Amino acid sequence: MTQNHGVADVDVTIPLLFEEGSPGSCAVSLSKSDVPQQDVRKMLPAELVADDSPPLPEIAEMDLVRHFTRLAHRAFSVDANFYPLGSCTMKYNPRINERAAALPGFANLHPYQPVDQIQGLLELLYAVREFLQEISGLPEVCLQPAAGAHGEMTGLMLVNAYHRDRGEQRLNVLVPDSAHGTNPATCTVCSRTAITVKSRPDGKVDLDDLRKKVDRHTAALMITNPNTVGVFDEQIGDLAEILHEQGALLYMDGANMNAMLGIMRPGDFGVDVMHFNTHKTFSTPHGGGGPGSGPVAVAEKLRPFLPIPQVIKKTDATFELDHNRPKSIGKVRAFFGQVGVLVRCYTYIRSLGTEGLRNVSDKAVLSANYLAKRLEKAYHFPIPGPYAHEFILVPKFEETGVTEIDVAKRLIDHGIHPPTMSWPVHHCLMIEPTETESLRTLDYFADTMLKIAREARETPEVVKNAPHHTPISRADEVGAARKPNVRWLPG
Amino acid sequence: MDYTQLTSNDVQRMLQTIGISSVDNLFSGIDARHRVPSGLKIPAGLSEPEMLADLQRLASRNKSTDQQISFLGAGIYDHFIPTLVDALAHQSEFVTAYTPYQAEASQGTLQAFYEFQTMVCQLFGMDVSNASLYEMTSAAAEAMLMARDINGRRKVLISGAAHPDLLAVLRTYASNNAETQIAVLPITDGITSLTALRSQIDPETCAVVMQHPNFFGNLEAQPQIADIVHQSGALLITAVDPISCGLLKPPGDYGTDIAVAEGQALGIPQQFGGPALGLLATRNEYMRKIPGRLVGMTVDKEGRRAFCLTLQAREQHIRREKASSNVCTNQGLMAMRATVYMATMGRQGLRQVAQQCFDKAHYAARQIAQLPGYELAFPKQSFFKEFVIRTRHDVKKLLHHAQAHGVLAGVPLDCWFAEMNDCFMMTVTEKRTRAEIDRLVEILRNVQ
Repeated sequence: MTQNHGVADVDVTIPLLFEEGSPGSCAVSLSKSDVPQQDVRKMLPAELVADDSPPLPEIAEMDLVRHFTRLAHRAFSVDANFYPLGSCTMKYNPRINERAAALPGFANLHPYQPVDQIQGLLELLYAVREFLQEISGLPEVCLQPAAGAHGEMTGLMLVNAYHRDRGEQRLNVLVPDSAHGTNPATCTVCSRTAITVKSRPDGKVDLDDLRKKVDRHTAALMITNPNTVGVFDEQIGDLAEILHEQGALLYMDGANMNAMLGIMRPGDFGVDVMHFNTHKTFSTPHGGGGPGSGPVAVAEKLRPFLPIPQVIKKTDATFELDHNRPKSIGKVRAFFGQVGVLVRCYTYIRSLGTEGLRNVSDKAVLSANYLAKRLEKAYHFPIPGPYAHEFILVPKFEETGVTEIDVAKRLIDHGIHPPTMSWPVHHCLMIEPTETESLRTLDYFADTMLKIAREARETPEVVKNAPHHTPISRADEVGAARKPNVRWLPG
Repeated sequence: MDYTQLTSNDVQRMLQTIGISSVDNLFSGIDARHRVPSGLKIPAGLSEPEMLADLQRLASRNKSTDQQISFLGAGIYDHFIPTLVDALAHQSEFVTAYTPYQAEASQGTLQAFYEFQTMVCQLFGMDVSNASLYEMTSAAAEAMLMARDINGRRKVLISGAAHPDLLAVLRTYASNNAETQIAVLPITDGITSLTALRSQIDPETCAVVMQHPNFFGNLEAQPQIADIVHQSGALLITAVDPISCGLLKPPGDYGTDIAVAEGQALGIPQQFGGPALGLLATRNEYMRKIPGRLVGMTVDKEGRRAFCLTLQAREQHIRREKASSNVCTNQGLMAMRATVYMATMGRQGLRQVAQQCFDKAHYAARQIAQLPGYELAFPKQSFFKEFVIRTRHDVKKLLHHAQAHGVLAGVPLDCWFAEMNDCFMMTVTEKRTRAEIDRLVEILRNVQ
């Protein structure tokens, strides 16, 4: 990735904020106060008053602009480049979504404004709730969770509440060995024991192993479908039956919903509770790591336990926030939710409509299978297709020592973000093109991967030392963890 | 409009390459019972002008705080946001990047988060900050789980004067976690009862959770509280208002072990309360117990300065069920906004903002307390930018009256504290002018 914007600054270290500016500089111009200044030292207990101003940087406006502009040029983004990061659904983030969220009528609302001043927002949130109910095939949705992992936690808390309400304490949660790490971690946070269920060689759940492990102590199975290796597990209906027979619930991680919009609905194949990732499926931006949003959809039997508040529509067609839910698990975060993210989600679903949503999944699945086909001769495919919206391949160049990480890093030199590396299968790359790429981009990626496969055999050092055109070469991550330096200190 | 760009010719070529005749073949393994028979019941898509009109219609059914004079706070604040925050944090490279797993291609985001971590430490007087969490209450819950991971004790005492949502969220987390029991410390005259703290704390106490300034805006006796907490070998978790650190002693200076905060005040619009920004900082000795993402400085193969995600062995994707937190990503773009905000404000600006909040809040409190029928609910307590007014007027009618005159006078408290049905809470930020405060005073004077 070369982004030198006409000047050769690729090798130049960008100074830290703390190495820029000079004492007395400031980039903000605040209005002069028009009330009398108080002497804080006289008015507050001495032991609570700061001795000095916090030692933040002192930099003038133009230098700050340069600093952050140069940093932005060193951030790999969907807006600039292809980003086939498996499991993360790095699709195009429509500009109109950003414009929507920035409207003062949404951005400048306070959570404690009277309800008659926020009817438009509540109408929007109510609509998102209805859309997600329809997409999931489940009768109720809660919008509060702040991210996918937070949605998982909320979902598992609902499972706990459901069993508790029935006078049962079920302490085990089954998790397939290929599950995302947040699944077992969520179990621990919710005081449930994660019990691993085996996958078959084709990546699908081993039903025999599941039958052995599910019993009256099983609270739920947490499954991702399409699963983390990129295939639809068509046994999902059987899974639900096996669990329900034992009184356990089926939790679905909705990370891969991009493959099933308008094609399948989790509620129709027996899912009791699931979370969405709006930043994957519904195009809200990933923002360098967040904010996400993780709405949770539930079956009827879990409805009483949903977090408060819920948006409700009254008989006179006005909207309200309902806090009066006696069996609710309570609050999972302050205020309502990632509202600014949900405004983007609304805009996306309304823009696409029912046809557009279906087209998303068709094109996402088509693009993944096309790439898999184009790469099948040069790479090893441990899981047979057809694939959903993503697939895994394993670079096998043992004789040369070229690893999946080398291939991934070499892609950077071609302006392509590395796929997800080394998970969920050892030494694999997980590739998710999404539906928004052109055939030209898909072909460029395939051609580049084939070229790298040739390089791996003919000039392996080129691959092993990649990337070559980035501001830094490979970072010493082991050294970083051994002697952590996680903040700047003077001197 | 669906943003796909494959033409029907493209699709034909792709199908040919795969060797199938229709996209539907790719879904043939799915049981017909599980297929959606006809389309989803969602309205047809909208063109861009239609979409904008629909959004405008919804937005105009809301009355935003910039269309009136707002004295609302209680956790979400109307502070001034410099132009630079949107201009720089909202650059499309920052908006459309993901977690910077690939260090070589993500130096910009990584360096900004390293700067964020450093400035949070500078603001709080703490040693180490993570790269942010969702928002304050869940950050406090993470701090609670982290404390248990540090000392293995179960009991957590929470100030009853903390934000009611903070209490509610800690209750939710604790009631799902067998290892954690919580108890609430009672309030005396608007602050946490030290007598109750002394009597309830014991060698089983894992941590004490305080908010300072507390929910009512009052300052807590943090140095004394820290002493009591540490004498029992417990940890002190303090939730602070980052703007207050422009004037007040930062949490690290009075012995806080884990500081958390709502970072929304640092350049993030109110957005009805989210997305906001959870801050969490601690002392060096607990660095390896910190939840969430952490960026470290290192070198590349040529010895040049480089940044990468670090200490990932703490995290869920490595430790799985052994991880003490399930947090995956940070609140990246909001952290970026806070980074630009803190750098823009700088040493002088943040102090000025804090001083103006303090001055204007005290000006407003004094003017209102002089009106007949109004008084400060906690006249003995010190406050920063928020305070509670007690009135002999009907609070609901009063707030309604002010609203009719274009002023959001404050937050009623009776939904959380039934006995405070004659009170409302006001916040005055640096954005409010003397004229606006005087206008509120006149409105309150004329309440019948």
